[in-house]
Amino acid sequence: MTTPVPGRRLPGSASSTPVDTPPPDVPALLLRGVVKRFGTLTAVDGLDLEVPQGVVLGLLGPNGAGKSTTMKMLTAQSLADEGEIRILGHPIPAESKWARARMGVVPQHDNLDEELTVEQNLRMFSFLYRVPRARRKEAVARAMRLAQLGDRGDTLVDDLSGGMRRRLLIVRALLHRPELVLMDEPTVGLDPQVRQDLWGVISALRDEGVTVLMSTHYIEEAERLSDEVALMAKGAVVERGTPADLVAKYAGSTVEEYTPGDEGADVLERRVREHGFTTRRTGVTLSVLRAEELPDSLRDRLGTPHRRASTLEDVFVTLTGESVE
Amino acid sequence: MSIQHDRARDDARPEVHARPGRIEADAVIGVVAREWILYGQSWRATTFAAVVEPTLYLLCFGFGMGALIGTLAGFSYIDFLGTGIVAVSVMFQSMMPAVINTFIKRRFLHTYEGILAAPVDVRELVTGEALWLAMRSGVYGCVPLLVAVGFGLRPGPGMLLVPFIAFLAGFAFALFGIWISAVITSVRSMDYVFSGLFTPLFLVAGTFFPLTELPAWVQNAAMANPLYHAVELIRGSVFGGLGAGAALLHVGVLLGFIVLMWFLAGFQMRRRVVG
Ligand SMILES: Nc1ncnc2c1ncn2[C@@H]1O[C@H](COP(=O)(O)OP(=O)(O)OP(=O)(O)O)[C@@H](O)[C@H]1O
Ligand SMILES: [Mg+2]
Repeated sequence: MTTPVPGRRLPGSASSTPVDTPPPDVPALLLRGVVKRFGTLTAVDGLDLEVPQGVVLGLLGPNGAGKSTTMKMLTAQSLADEGEIRILGHPIPAESKWARARMGVVPQHDNLDEELTVEQNLRMFSFLYRVPRARRKEAVARAMRLAQLGDRGDTLVDDLSGGMRRRLLIVRALLHRPELVLMDEPTVGLDPQVRQDLWGVISALRDEGVTVLMSTHYIEEAERLSDEVALMAKGAVVERGTPADLVAKYAGSTVEEYTPGDEGADVLERRVREHGFTTRRTGVTLSVLRAEELPDSLRDRLGTPHRRASTLEDVFVTLTGESVE
Repeated sequence: MSIQHDRARDDARPEVHARPGRIEADAVIGVVAREWILYGQSWRATTFAAVVEPTLYLLCFGFGMGALIGTLAGFSYIDFLGTGIVAVSVMFQSMMPAVINTFIKRRFLHTYEGILAAPVDVRELVTGEALWLAMRSGVYGCVPLLVAVGFGLRPGPGMLLVPFIAFLAGFAFALFGIWISAVITSVRSMDYVFSGLFTPLFLVAGTFFPLTELPAWVQNAAMANPLYHAVELIRGSVFGGLGAGAALLHVGVLLGFIVLMWFLAGFQMRRRVVG
């Protein structure tokens, strides 16, 4: 085992840059005023986001919010029209190649090489990611273990199940032990068991101090895994914080759900809102956030509530106006 | 899935950090590695095609036409044709897959999306793809020559230059093909490429017959055809008789073509894969 010495020049590569480790206070990701347009559509609209090193940040947002576009700009596969992007202090896209060497990317849409086997896919990326020659074999074996594909090395990607492909896609991004991992909806379409396994991987990455930016539609997932979540809507971050803080700030501790009688949800909703409460509707059911603060005089006129703890989903729906899984 | 804490995390970290603005061997090798791995599965078919095609051409044209023609531009027809087919097969082995495979990898397989999320830039990608095809051309370009020897082509020391010429020409045509693959937007437009570009390129190059009988303007246009220069070089080295000046000119044209196409292919590919 070797310990990297900061600033060391590598043997046999006199011209290579020193192995530099950025100081810990430099944010892993920094986006300032980032704008991305596609024709007349502004997909990302003045995005500001800072992710410190070692933080797992969940990026939550409805379809079309600009999550994938943001991820693409971080790998310079999409170029921002305005704004500043830095990864570990290095400007993007100018030094994007440097950044990509330290970054693992799990794209929303699978781009595994279907013509190659599991093992060949990983081997090829071990080259692309510059895994040192002596460690390539081991890195590939480790990735296959991690994806529980140890005995499927010779299977063509085309013949893998959906869940196996996704696992392979994820471990491919971890081959070079990146300091920063971007995951765009990594658990979509996975069965609950595999999803839980993957949660284990993300937790382990966090324990190792890896910075993770993960977009997801599963609120429960974001709540469980993220140190912080950022809510994105219409191309910008609308709110950001730890799940607990966000829930406390926007939804209090309790939600009360009312099923209105003859007078209908509209009347009920207006009545509650007049008192400054936030509500959301699911079908005919009216949910009142921060219900612990409802005055009894008002509650008596609403009917019999069903009480539950406030969740991040309540916050999401309130802030983005959209519902989610 | 559980992460093994068996090693220090830095162990497998990339050691040579990607430097912007430079073509790095590792990135190019990574791109070539993919093709090399695939070749490990497909070499039988590739080799079969590389042997059977020129054999059939030489059989049919060599005997069918050779009997009627006898000698051509001072060569026996089998000598003329055998060397011409080397150049044609180089073009088929490099430009064809460059157009088709590169297009498919970009548009349908999303291969490049994956590669470009790793520390590889578009120029390295293009260089790697072309390099692989050029190396393959360098090897397989010799096959028709060997077949032609079987048909009666006189072997000589100049033949040792053929792999290098085939490599150079293969690199030029591969880059040309990659550029085209990044220009076209659908599989349908490949018809235009093959009929409108491919066919005239390989017909008007002095491969099957000398250019001398063609109208002057066609002869002039052929000077811009890299295949013509490849054919001249190959014939010149196999049979001798090519002056140093002429040889330099042909090599120069091929090199110039490579530089031009390298820039065009990189530029156009970048426009396609970077949003
Ligand atoms: N290449 C493109 N050309 C044109 N429009 C695009 C392109 N890529 C993205 N968009 C548009 O940008 C907007 C944001 O898309 P993006 O994929 O970033 O959303 P998202 O938050 O990832 O959504 P989802 O949750 O559905 O994946 C959408 O309106 C989308 O149609
Ligand atoms: Mg998306």
